[in-house]
Amino acid sequence: MTARKVFRNPLAVAALVILLVIVLASVFAPLVAPHSPTALRLDRINAGPGSGYLLGGDGAGRDIFSRLLYAGRNTLTGAVIALSVALVLGVVSGLLSGYYGGLLDGVLGWGANLLMALPTMIVLLALFQALGSSIYLAMVAFGVMLSPGFHRLVRSQVMAVKHELYVDAARVSGLSDPRIIGRHVLLVVRAPIVIQAAVVAGIAIVVQSGLEFLGLGDPGTPTWGGMLQDAFTNIYTSRIAIWWPGMTIALTVASLVLLGNAIRDVIQRTERVRKPPKPPELVPATPDTDELPLLRITNLTVGYPSNDGYREVVHGVDLDVRHGEVMGLVGESGSGKTQTAFSVLGLLSPGGTLLGQSSIAFDGTELARLPESERRALRGRRIGYIPQEPMSNLDPCFRVGEQLVEPLRAVSGLSKQAAVTEALHLLERVGIPEPRRTFAAYPHEISGGMAQRVLIAGAVSGKPDLLIADEPTTALDVTVQADVLDLLRGLQTEFGMAMLLVTHNFGVVADICDRVAVMQDGRIVEVNDVRPLFASPKHPYTQTLLGSTLEDSAPRTRLEVNHA
Amino acid sequence: MLEAHNVVVEYAGRGWRSKGFKALHDVSFDIKPHETLGLVGESGSGKTTIGRAILGLVPVGSGSIRFDGRELVGMSRRERRRLSDDIQVVFQDPYSSLNPSMTVEDILVEPLVARRTADRRQASVRVRTLLDQVGLPHDAVHRLPREFSGGQRQRIAIARALALQPKLIVCDEPVSALDLSTQARVLDLFISIQEETGVAYLFISHDLAVVRHISHRVAVLYRGDIVEYGDVLDVTERPEHPYTKRLLMAAPLPDPDRQAVRRQERRDLLASEAIA
Repeated sequence: MTARKVFRNPLAVAALVILLVIVLASVFAPLVAPHSPTALRLDRINAGPGSGYLLGGDGAGRDIFSRLLYAGRNTLTGAVIALSVALVLGVVSGLLSGYYGGLLDGVLGWGANLLMALPTMIVLLALFQALGSSIYLAMVAFGVMLSPGFHRLVRSQVMAVKHELYVDAARVSGLSDPRIIGRHVLLVVRAPIVIQAAVVAGIAIVVQSGLEFLGLGDPGTPTWGGMLQDAFTNIYTSRIAIWWPGMTIALTVASLVLLGNAIRDVIQRTERVRKPPKPPELVPATPDTDELPLLRITNLTVGYPSNDGYREVVHGVDLDVRHGEVMGLVGESGSGKTQTAFSVLGLLSPGGTLLGQSSIAFDGTELARLPESERRALRGRRIGYIPQEPMSNLDPCFRVGEQLVEPLRAVSGLSKQAAVTEALHLLERVGIPEPRRTFAAYPHEISGGMAQRVLIAGAVSGKPDLLIADEPTTALDVTVQADVLDLLRGLQTEFGMAMLLVTHNFGVVADICDRVAVMQDGRIVEVNDVRPLFASPKHPYTQTLLGSTLEDSAPRTRLEVNHA
Repeated sequence: MLEAHNVVVEYAGRGWRSKGFKALHDVSFDIKPHETLGLVGESGSGKTTIGRAILGLVPVGSGSIRFDGRELVGMSRRERRRLSDDIQVVFQDPYSSLNPSMTVEDILVEPLVARRTADRRQASVRVRTLLDQVGLPHDAVHRLPREFSGGQRQRIAIARALALQPKLIVCDEPVSALDLSTQARVLDLFISIQEETGVAYLFISHDLAVVRHISHRVAVLYRGDIVEYGDVLDVTERPEHPYTKRLLMAAPLPDPDRQAVRRQERRDLLASEAIA
């Protein structure tokens, strides 16, 4: 499937075709080449293209075209040798290092670092001195020098995969380590290996040609680098001859790199909608103006761009939140409850668009068509927000205090000193035992429950009229949840705020909400005051949900019968 | 069937000479055949560590875990692999517990082939039986995990655990990531499988209501210790340890009036604890 996507990229197809032609022509050189690579014709020394030889003759009167084909065999073989050695050494050591860790990882990592620290070219030159003129031997050595790249890549990938639960599950299933590495780990790391291999093959060709250009290697066998050297010596007699090996090397290496990039793009990028269609113009329905509640949502329709227009996730929701009431918005995942809440905040994910006659009237202002700058002015001042994941909503780089003081100053224009005093006061109000200590702490130094209290302090700091809480207790332990709910209830009464509480937990709804709206598949199926909703749910979906709560189900009893 | 005595698990600290973190101190419990032992606690209580210790995924510092008379602590990896016929697992996250690039059939066949209990052909027959058992259609076999919803993925994970017909399945928060209605259905699946096959569960959860629904006996964990341990009725109706009481009172009831009462009871309890 990945392959098919790669073929959709024209650059990748071109690169693949070029590579294929070069490889095939080299492999079948004896069949394709018009002349022997070593046949000399004195009348064609440094001859131009067309003069009996397709691309002309070299400094010794041999056919450049035929020599290019035969040289391809040697150069490509060299590259394959270097790549294979690097792959085998690097991938195996990387797998072992990443999977087992510990001492083995230390030793292998030390070896990889040592190899990386060696100056490659100098080592290879020294090897020629010691081992003679075999370019293949040199490429084996070069492969060893390239292996740390694979080692590091594979090791880091394996370390990431190792802690996936499916690897644990495989262990519990009784799979041996080699089998786990082979089946589960290798499968994940193969893509980056393929990409790296394409690039490394290119490097191997360049380095090998460089060595041959310097005159190392067997002068008897034709190679691209050797041809480059010959052409370079005769550059004043035949200027064009240097083009042919030069172009061949450049084309091969460029194709390899382009192909590698194309594969990477396919693997890393998920399919993207080319260009979001222009949304149809938004015509908010004018709500009845007589007695507007604090928040009146009418016909709210939220869509995300897809390949054919907009895919709707919320289909025409109507909802009122009155001054000072707690409105619960319940539903399962994918019901659109969070999308509804985020529409009010104006914080839909990129692409999220209000469609049709969507209207969000907040205290008489139509939010659906308000420019972003004015919506921003509302957030934090008149509409507060409490997120679901307290920890990911605090910046780990800044102290808790700074993250409270900064918005306070921005919103209320307080002096720094006044803002600090106010922040400490807020922290005390939300029940943090030692406000000064928490104020000076970094987010990772406080617990999840404390972090949520800090965020609540931030949300109420602007004394908003409406507080939007998106699953505010879902990430918390149940004992902490109870405390946070108590806190929210206290603040809500104290400030007389209205609250829109998004949750999936009916216990939370029963605890704190005045009214409840039940959502299913982007629609509100039932709205009612909290007591009648629990006592006599009307809609079958509400009945199903309430029937699924386990709090009142009979506990299982002790296993009486002795089955053994 | 499984007996754990004074199990201690300590995680090494970061860096040289730093002190380790004791996730479990001195935990003892047992699981009988065909029984569900619920393990309830909040984050950091060590409940997941107990499961991983039984599965051999974390090293046990001291103490003993005996399964069918065999000592699990200090067992070699080879012996441990043989034990996978008897002890299996269902993890919390149905997304990361299934290899995204393997088809459902590959996932289910893997344990069978690895333990050589079946050849490829027998295995694929067995896969059909397993899918029936967890209520998934047969045409699921050639599909990838991402084509399934959370609840269906968890069914696949349960089928994988059942593949080797184990005597004990460690269930680590298996329904916590699921929606309410799905959660109830998956729990009922667990119960019906137990009634059919007689497998025992160690059922780990932070949700007392879930544990109450499925367990015969319950152990309450708090900061690495079992603070209360007994029949489900005793623990959930007549808790003795103050922490268990707090835990029970904290869970909100899906009924506004009764929840108001419970809220008040919880406040009184906290107030009386503060005085004491």
